[in-house]
Amino acid sequence: MMSEIDSILPLELDGIGFGVQGRALLGGIGLRLEAGSRTIVLGPNGAGKSLLLRICHGLLAPTEGSLRWGGAGRPLPDQVVRRRQAMVFQRPVLLRRSALANIRYVLGLIGLPRRQRQTVAMEALDRFGLAELAGRPARVLSGGEQQRLALARAWVVEPDVLFLDEPTSSLDPAATLAVEMAIHEFHAAGAKIVMTTHDLGQARRLADEVVFLSRGRLVEVSSASRFFKGPATPQARAFLAGELVC
Amino acid sequence: MLDLSAALSTAAALVIGLDPQMLAIVRLSLLVSGSAVLLAALIGLPLGAALALAAFPGRGVLVVMINACMGLPPVVVGLAIYLLLSRAGPLGQFGLLFTPSAMVVAQTILVLPIVAALSRQVVADLWGEYGEQLRSLGASRPGVVATLLWDGRFSLLTAILAGFGRACAEVGAVMIVGGNISGVTRTMTTAIALETSKGDLPLALGLGIILIGLVIAVNAAVFLVGQAARRRMG
Repeated sequence: MMSEIDSILPLELDGIGFGVQGRALLGGIGLRLEAGSRTIVLGPNGAGKSLLLRICHGLLAPTEGSLRWGGAGRPLPDQVVRRRQAMVFQRPVLLRRSALANIRYVLGLIGLPRRQRQTVAMEALDRFGLAELAGRPARVLSGGEQQRLALARAWVVEPDVLFLDEPTSSLDPAATLAVEMAIHEFHAAGAKIVMTTHDLGQARRLADEVVFLSRGRLVEVSSASRFFKGPATPQARAFLAGELVC
Repeated sequence: MLDLSAALSTAAALVIGLDPQMLAIVRLSLLVSGSAVLLAALIGLPLGAALALAAFPGRGVLVVMINACMGLPPVVVGLAIYLLLSRAGPLGQFGLLFTPSAMVVAQTILVLPIVAALSRQVVADLWGEYGEQLRSLGASRPGVVATLLWDGRFSLLTAILAGFGRACAEVGAVMIVGGNISGVTRTMTTAIALETSKGDLPLALGLGIILIGLVIAVNAAVFLVGQAARRRMG
C-alpha cells in the first residue's frame, strides 16, 4: 500500500487560518507546495512562519480552511501522511539516552524490525558525521551535534517532506554549514524542504521558492531568483532592504 | 529517670551484634514497606502519567484530591482498612486482618498518592518539553507514556523513595491493621511504640537508630544516583 504512493505531496492549503481567543494569527493562506523543491518561508518576527509550518506538519489544527495532501482525487490515509514527513525544530528535543538510542527509538516507532535497527541507525549517524559519538548521551552533545542528530533522526524516517523551523538560528557558522549540507542531502534524496529562516544569506543559498509572510498573511510566493532580484510587493522589498516591517 | 547512656550503649550492642529478634523486625518492616512501594509504583506511575497527559472532565478535581491525599493520616487509613478487612467487613472473608498482607495494603494506599502526584508533576513537565517533538515523530499514546516515564526515571526514583520513606516511618496504619503481633506483624515503628511504653528503651532506641540510618542511606543513594545520572545524561 505505502510503496504504491511515490510521494504524499503536493500539499494544498486552502484558506488556512489560525486564531487564538478571537485573535487571528494567520489568515487566508492559500498555497500549493510541490514535491522535491526547497521552499523557504520568510517574513518578520510574528509573521506566522512557525505557525504555518506546524499547521502543515499537523502539529496544530487550523481554525479555518483545510489542508489536502496528495492533490486532487488522490486521498491518502492519515497514517501514511504522518509517517512520511519529519520536522526539525529550532532547539532539538533529544531523549535522555545515547545518540544511537535516539535513532533506534525512531526506528522502533516506524516499525523497523529490531535486528535491522542497529545497522540503519549507525548508517544514519555516519552520514551526518556522528558515528564516533554514537555511544554518547545525546543531551551532552554540542548544539551543532544535537541538531545534526535531529537531522539524522529525521533521515531514517525517509520523509517525502522535511520541515525545518529556524534550524540554525542558535548555531555557529561551522555548525550552520553542516546543517545546510544535511539539507542538501535530504533534497538530493528527493525530499521536499520547507524551512523558515531569519538568515537571508541562507535563504539565498538554499531556496528554490520563497513564501513571504507578513502579519499572518501570505504576501508573496515566487521563485527564489525572481524574489531576490526584485520582489513584487512593497512589504517584501522593504524586508529585503532590511527595513523594519511589521 | 532512666539512664539514657546505658540505654544507648545497650542499643548499640543490639545493632552491632545483629540481635536476631531485632533483625526479624527489620526484615518484616522492609518486606512490608518494600512491597507496598512496589505496588504503589506499579499503579502510581501510569496513573500519574495518565493524569498528566489525558484531558477529561473532573481532572482538576482528581489532581487536587490526589495531592491532598499525600497527607492522609495513617491512623485514618488504618481504620478504614481495618473496617474493610474485619470479619464483619466487606472483605472479611479473606481473613487478611492482622497479617502482613493487610499492612501492605494499608501502606500501598498511603504511598500511592505520593507516587502518583509526584510522577504526574514530572511527566507533565517533560510533556511540556517533549510534546511537540514526540507528536512530530508519531509516537502513540502508550508509547509517549513509556518514553516520558523512562526519561523522567531519575526524578521518578526520587518520588518512589519519598514514598518508601513515608511507608517505613509510619506507625498508625500498620499498628491498627497488623496488630503488632510479635514475630508476625511487628515492624520497627510498632515495636518502638510498644517497647517505649513497656520501658524497654534499648530495643526501642536500637530500632530507632536503624530506622533513621536506613532512611538516610536510602536518600543518600538516591541523591548520588541522581547526581551521577544528571552529569551523564544531561
